[in-house]
Amino acid sequence: MRESAPPLPPPVEHRIRYVREDPAWVRWSLTLAAMAVVAVLIVVPVVHVFAGALKDGFGVYWSNLFGDPDTRHSIRLTLTVVPVALAANVLFGVAAAWAIARFRFPGRTLLTALIDLPFSVSPVVAGLMFVLIFGLQGYLGPFLRAHDVKILFATPGLILATAFVTFPFVARELIPVMEAIGDEEETAAVSLGASGWQMFRRVTVPNIKWGLLYGIILCNARAMGEFGAVYVVSGHIAGQTDTMPLRVEKLFQEYNLPGAFAVASVLTLLALLTLVIKAGLERRVPSERAHVD
Amino acid sequence: MAGVNRKVLPGFSLSLGYTLFYLTVLVMVPILACFSKAASLSLDQFRAAVWTERTRAAYVLTFGASFAAAAVDVLLGMLVAWVLVRYRFPGRRIMDSLIDLPLALPTAVGGLVYASLYVKKGWLGQYLVPLGIQGAYSRLAIVLVLVFIGLPFVVRTVQPVLEDQDADSEEAAASLGATRWQAFQRVILPPLYPALITGFALSFARSLGEYGSVVFVSGNMPYKTEIAPVLIVARLEEFAYGEATAIAVVLLIVSFAMLVLINVLERWSKGGAARA
Repeated sequence: MRESAPPLPPPVEHRIRYVREDPAWVRWSLTLAAMAVVAVLIVVPVVHVFAGALKDGFGVYWSNLFGDPDTRHSIRLTLTVVPVALAANVLFGVAAAWAIARFRFPGRTLLTALIDLPFSVSPVVAGLMFVLIFGLQGYLGPFLRAHDVKILFATPGLILATAFVTFPFVARELIPVMEAIGDEEETAAVSLGASGWQMFRRVTVPNIKWGLLYGIILCNARAMGEFGAVYVVSGHIAGQTDTMPLRVEKLFQEYNLPGAFAVASVLTLLALLTLVIKAGLERRVPSERAHVD
Repeated sequence: MAGVNRKVLPGFSLSLGYTLFYLTVLVMVPILACFSKAASLSLDQFRAAVWTERTRAAYVLTFGASFAAAAVDVLLGMLVAWVLVRYRFPGRRIMDSLIDLPLALPTAVGGLVYASLYVKKGWLGQYLVPLGIQGAYSRLAIVLVLVFIGLPFVVRTVQPVLEDQDADSEEAAASLGATRWQAFQRVILPPLYPALITGFALSFARSLGEYGSVVFVSGNMPYKTEIAPVLIVARLEEFAYGEATAIAVVLLIVSFAMLVLINVLERWSKGGAARA
């Protein structure tokens, strides 16, 4: 044994951390810069919404929200339109994910791509499409008029426009989740004699529930906040076709800033709640999802 | 897998049938209606609608502002993603969650608050307006609000690639005597290019169609601060459906081209991540 053995090199772990670690001044200045970016772009605006809403005290805030019949109506309308659009897209999302994640068929890749299409359509253009179909001069206009069915400038039009804009959310979340889970449990259930419905209820739904909830949360946030598409199809009839975001705009145009901020604060609370639920869910959904969006 | 599954698992025709039905009724028919309306215009009418001084000004502004905002987002998004992935500091988790706020916040709320932050008496405007920086009712206002809207797209595209980057090449660079800055430029940054470009494209595509926030902050002055979607709404309010549709088709074609490009980029981006 040699007496004068050179000292062992430092453990590899330490060396790695050393060469990959930036000097403290770089770390701190970059972290502070990133914090400043997030503060100016995101935190200050959020704080400002609540400051603007509560400027004249809580009593005024409350009467701005619930004392104005048009604002009250906009809240009710949003609570009518969003659940219907959401339910339609959930049904579609589950069906599309089942077909795409569980079976191979010609045109499967194309179908997956087409599902994303509404994301690339400007909301205003989406609204315009429904005007072209259901408007008075539209393709179905004369027919609807003859039968006294109102779609445009009424709740059905708002639902259609909202459903179009939020179309991909649930399907996009569910497809990778279902693919990651695989079909073994479902195949087992069916070969043990479960009916299609039993398999779906006892195996599929429990497996995908967190992914489904994740998709619903994102879809809901976007549906609640949709502006451009519903702006075009609504006709801006106060107390009739104004959803909450449209109400914000109208109050803003009327220079009623406290009123606009009051409605905006409710929407902001919903957005913050969405982020909290989303952060909670991200820990439960299979890790694949981190790479899908 | 196909043959086996279709024999074992139920619901293939039901689920596929419903998917195709819903996709057709809600998405394909409206898009076709838009193109068919545009096709009913004569070529001269179409050209007269989409190529006037006012529409040209709107296209230049829409593309210019979206491009500028996406470029700013690449820089800021890279910074935020780097800090979130590489450093540990108090409030990191909160910052990570807050990045998604622009996706969850209604665009009208974003527009409302940006419009009142940067006016002369606003929280930020009181410092900026005396310096000559008009952050509301100007072109800068449009870029600002689009930077807000687009930021999460860059951060969320770069973040996973940065997380998956392994230490080997960085260590090698260091052991071969590279400075930290050289290692960043030559070793860390190049594998991120595909993700950065994808993030740029996503942010740019989103900005092109953005309406809700911009309509609040821009002032919507024809030739000056009027973006293409605002112009479509203006035409609709004049009941000029043909002209509105013609401009919409121009936007649609550009958006579809962007969609194809983004798909190609995302594949490249994932390949880049795998190689890194």
